[in-house]
Amino acid sequence: MTIQFKSETFRDDFTFSNSPEAIRRFPFPFDKDEYMYAVNIEQHMPGPIKSPYEFPIDIDEHYVAEMRDRALVLKEDPLRCQSLPHMLTAEWDLVELLMESMAKNYPEHFELTREGDAWHWINRPLGIDQKFTFGDTSTLPYPPMEYITRQCQGDFCLCDQRNDDLWMDAGIVTTQADWSLDFDVGMSFKEWHGPVPLAHDIGVFDRALKFLLNLQQGRPVRRLNWTMTINPRLDTSPENYHKWGIDRTTVTPENVGNKVHLRVELQALWRLPRSNAIVFSIRAYLIKMEELVTIPKWGRRFHRVLRDLRPELADYKGLTRFRQMTVDYLAKHDDGAPTSPGFFPD
Amino acid sequence: MSGGVEIPVRVVDVEQATETVKRFRLAPLSGEALPPFSAGAHVVVTMDDHGRRIRNPYSLIDRAEDGSSYRIGVLRVPNSRGGSKFMHENVKAGDRLVITMPVNLFPIVRTGRKHLLVAGGIGVTPIYAMANELKRRSAPYEIHYAMRNEASGAFIDELRAAHGDKLKLYRDDMQEFVSVSEILPNQPLGTHLYVCGPEGMIEAILKGGREAGWPEENLHCERFLAPTGGEPFSVVLQRAGITAEVRSDQSLLEAIEEAGVDAPFLCRGGACGQCETTVVSCDGELDHKDHYLTEEEHASGKKIMICVSRLKGRELVLDL
Ligand SMILES: Cc1cc2nc3c(=O)[nH]c(=O)nc-3n(C[C@H](O)[C@H](O)[C@H](O)COP(=O)(O)OP(=O)(O)OC[C@H]3O[C@@H](n4cnc5c(N)ncnc54)[C@H](O)[C@@H]3O)c2cc1C
Ligand code: HEM
Ligand code: FES
Repeated sequence: MTIQFKSETFRDDFTFSNSPEAIRRFPFPFDKDEYMYAVNIEQHMPGPIKSPYEFPIDIDEHYVAEMRDRALVLKEDPLRCQSLPHMLTAEWDLVELLMESMAKNYPEHFELTREGDAWHWINRPLGIDQKFTFGDTSTLPYPPMEYITRQCQGDFCLCDQRNDDLWMDAGIVTTQADWSLDFDVGMSFKEWHGPVPLAHDIGVFDRALKFLLNLQQGRPVRRLNWTMTINPRLDTSPENYHKWGIDRTTVTPENVGNKVHLRVELQALWRLPRSNAIVFSIRAYLIKMEELVTIPKWGRRFHRVLRDLRPELADYKGLTRFRQMTVDYLAKHDDGAPTSPGFFPD
Repeated sequence: MSGGVEIPVRVVDVEQATETVKRFRLAPLSGEALPPFSAGAHVVVTMDDHGRRIRNPYSLIDRAEDGSSYRIGVLRVPNSRGGSKFMHENVKAGDRLVITMPVNLFPIVRTGRKHLLVAGGIGVTPIYAMANELKRRSAPYEIHYAMRNEASGAFIDELRAAHGDKLKLYRDDMQEFVSVSEILPNQPLGTHLYVCGPEGMIEAILKGGREAGWPEENLHCERFLAPTGGEPFSVVLQRAGITAEVRSDQSLLEAIEEAGVDAPFLCRGGACGQCETTVVSCDGELDHKDHYLTEEEHASGKKIMICVSRLKGRELVLDL
């Protein structure tokens, strides 16, 4: 299966859009008509064919454009990619995980040959052909984590495990929903989750941490998170708030269907073999309201979820300014009919 | 399956290291490389003793560079109910076993400035892997290895060859003992200590560390805790609707597995927390043996670690 990579932008003229196939495979995050935080963790097992869960690492039609956007972000702000010195082994673990997975599942696009430590990596969509020595940083043009994540969709955090806690000691974060690696780097699980409302009180983070400390090699898990973004902008970072914060005031009843996007993060977690670290991947998918309502079940359901969302959550996710206008738009696509259980379209 | 992904292996070599310790080299049946592991990790080995399933955790010593094999070292314990006895008497080159993916409950702290590795007897197995990893990373370390006598030091030669004067031996029969007051002072700030060995040794070293003012976060241990026997009792698995007997030579987890219920586990040694189970009710006194639950949790009577703990009494009802 060859993917047709699109040429599109996530800034300035915002030409990003989803093909009809990309809409159908969108990881819609609501299996009910309401939403509240929970320890929504499941095994990261292969899902339905063509869905974003089919393979451990999902590469889609936006791949090339997203990698271009990441390069632009890194050029302006190198601190989006940081790694403390003790994370080098985990970086190499990540190189292995991503190269193996991409080459195995997308052989038309990526190829990996290994002979002992002599590795040969070919990335056709980005025109890269690299021979290197696994474990020897001097044989790559970038440090290992940066090298491979400049070629893989999604943000990545590498968490060291020590003293029964996880520490965000490395990462590359250029497509984030308003949080900063530069701020969080070196923090523990509960410290970096500090700003999240309500979830601490209902024990979500206690249980999630306990679960993650025993995460097993070969048994990755995943969860979905969501927020909303004005314009298809991947880089909604605190560092660049001055560029995108103002976008929230530009929504009108006329443009809401085109400007307002549901932003879903497919987050997966793996135990890494050599370092015993955990990698947390955050893969963002964007869909504008006009595209979302082409799936009637999703239009109905998202209307109800957004209408009834707890105000604390709406505030934390930054939806307050345009929520009502979006609910009004979606109301026109909700005839009140019952929705079927589960995430997938009818 | 409840212990994670399983890997069928073939024993390709058995080496009698000392009178009571054998080393086993395990190769994957699939031919695919065994996954790399981080030093300090163990695997749970499943043995089939004529239909009786025995599962014991064993630390990984090393992995062949190309992933074609792992090595483990097994001490034959006196009065074994089966596990170490079976490994010593029945397991030969060519035999099949099943292991789990590696699990690490005794990792090296990567932010540490220096690492003191203390091993007693068979507790040397994870320490051996840690020393090799620290050497590979060119990190500062010392190895303190205690044993009954030189002949029972299963890893002396290999360790000496790899680590030279970073290795210090302590032979009981020569009145040499690891002394906390000698190894702890004058270590640089940010030094971490790791101890694995007999219970008494672990306690003494940890106590010495605390008394010398070391922070708790810098003291690490692994206990090769095994379930002990006890009086038999009944267990009721409420959700499964099953009642089973726990024999005196069986752990609670083993009896539950024998009854056909797959309960989660990772270490089978009371350390990881994976087998934590809610107690619905019990007619008797819970006999807690684990190092995972807090004292308050033990006292509350609401939780039990089924891999090592049991009931002194008649009947235990679990939420399983
Ligand atoms: C994380 C971890 C790593 C480990 N790594 C290693 C390793 O690298 N090498 C190694 O050799 N071992 C290791 N062990 C220990 C190993 O798993 C086994 O516990 C050990 O081999 C003994 O197993 P067994 O089945 O022969 O003994 P068991 O039959 O389980 O007996 C263990 C002890 O309990 C006593 N006992 C058992 N049943 C009764 C009863 N009914 N009444 C009275 N006493 C009883 C026995 O006398 C014996 O001393 C490790 C353990 C853990 C938790
Ligand atoms: C090690 C893995 C993880 C990392 C690195 C991580 C990271 C983050 C970060 C950076 C944030 C943003 C916080 C902010 O506002 O500054 C966040 C939010 C959150 N995280 Fe995690 N997280 C991890 C695992 C989990 C898990 C397992 C759960 C399961 C319950 C979870 C639940 C949440 C929730 C509910 C939020 C709020 C999201 C929202 O409403 O938009 N996280 N996480
Ligand atoms: S299985 Fe690890 S504590 Fe019981």
